[in-house]
Amino acid sequence: MTSQAEIVFRREWGRAVAVITRLTGDLGLAEDAVQEAFASAVGRWASAPLPSDPSGWLITVAKNHAMDRLRREARRSGKEQAAMLMLSQCAPAPPPGLIADDQLRLIFACCHPALDPGTRVALTLRTLCGLSTAEIARSFLVSEATLAQRLVRAKRKIRAAGIPFRIPADEDLPDRIGGVLRVVYLVFTEGHQASTGSRVVRGELCDEAVRLARLLAGPCPEDPEVLGLLALLLLTDARRDARAGDRLVLLEDQDRSSWDHAKIDEGTRVLDRAARLRRPGPYQLQAAIAACHAAAAEPSTTDWAEIAALYAALARHEPSPVVHANRAVAVAMAEGPAAGLAILDEVREDSQVGRWHLLHASRADLLRRLGRTAEASDAYRAALALDPPPAEREFLAGRLAELDR
Amino acid sequence: MRYLCLLIGEPGIEGPVPGTPEFMQMLSEYESATRAMAADGVLADSGPLQPPSAAATLRVRDGRPLVTDGPFAELKEQIGGYYVLDCADLDEALRRAATIPAARYGAIEVRPLMVMPDRA
Repeated sequence: MTSQAEIVFRREWGRAVAVITRLTGDLGLAEDAVQEAFASAVGRWASAPLPSDPSGWLITVAKNHAMDRLRREARRSGKEQAAMLMLSQCAPAPPPGLIADDQLRLIFACCHPALDPGTRVALTLRTLCGLSTAEIARSFLVSEATLAQRLVRAKRKIRAAGIPFRIPADEDLPDRIGGVLRVVYLVFTEGHQASTGSRVVRGELCDEAVRLARLLAGPCPEDPEVLGLLALLLLTDARRDARAGDRLVLLEDQDRSSWDHAKIDEGTRVLDRAARLRRPGPYQLQAAIAACHAAAAEPSTTDWAEIAALYAALARHEPSPVVHANRAVAVAMAEGPAAGLAILDEVREDSQVGRWHLLHASRADLLRRLGRTAEASDAYRAALALDPPPAEREFLAGRLAELDR
Repeated sequence: MRYLCLLIGEPGIEGPVPGTPEFMQMLSEYESATRAMAADGVLADSGPLQPPSAAATLRVRDGRPLVTDGPFAELKEQIGGYYVLDCADLDEALRRAATIPAARYGAIEVRPLMVMPDRA
């Protein structure tokens, strides 16, 4: 694929799939048609300048491919004939607002609770973000064939079960939005803490997650958790460049002048809007924590007591060991490493968490600060033994080498 | 699309006991839910089932019927009734199924009926 086409691809894939899905009511057909349109684009755009409206061009070509496919299929059902009619009558490219609605319809279908939870994220990455099956398979540590099969099964189920391409009715929206937010959040974390590949951050996934969160805020302006998620993603993503150069840079070591202040301002504004609705929730609390970090001009002025209090509130919503471990780190900063270590050691009782590398990494850091060097080295080794992502591995190995010196 | 909703009683969850006011309340909820579905034109069929002990299971082998006593599978969960709903999509079927009291006391499996190509 030429690089020009690649840029257009990222931007346009999800939009084209969403539009063709609305027109045909068939996600699988839409994806195939858009795929063919992109293949045509590669051939054509490699030797000629981009069309003035690449988006419209792709949608038109994809539409033609979809029509050809429907025409070729001998036994057409009534539904498909209706789709044919819509395809032949509709305007070349719908206006942007309509495309956004199409994408929302598609995301509610891809994140439908009747689908296997694990497949929802993959399906969203494939259909809305245009990631290839191979890329997604790498992220989920499964073979490409396995992932492809899961996607086929999910698309078949959407069709067979009559999962609608529709923004849920107002009375269903509160129940349904949670699952969609979760998927968007997972897309972001996959980008932010790339579990595979050599890169520290996969920026395109972060961009896509932010885009999807913005899209969701459209129909849900009064849902504080939707705003909370958008704020969280913006505030976290603002640190992207500072966090990931050639290797992972910890918050305290980041060059704060390279934080994206436009994103921080927007995230803070969105969070304020959410807070005014007076219904706190996990995403808002996490966003508030990110805002605390963003508000500190330098690490030493971070309000750790406030962050520890926010984590305590978060732990009431989500009493997971991960949240408690994060609270421990904040408490360590506010009250000293010994207080934090006490909480971590409580969390460590849980055998599940014992296999979580960040727990050991956090313990190692606190032990190091307490001057308990031998125990710290052991904890770093325990973290490394649990196969952390490459960027973190390098960081932890570096710390360990310093201690052993 | 048509959806078969199977009303499943889950072991360990006791619904209202017959003869109690709660039971009468539940019956009237069934009635009003069913009436609303009929009035809105989504109800194709519905009905309660006799207990599994009333079932017979049939197999035809080598052209001859083999009938055995009881249900096909001795499940801990019992299917107590069914609705066939005619809905635009799964979301509508789920919304309708949620009005059936069995959803609160047990579970409802919502399964689409297969659409035969030539009848679509």
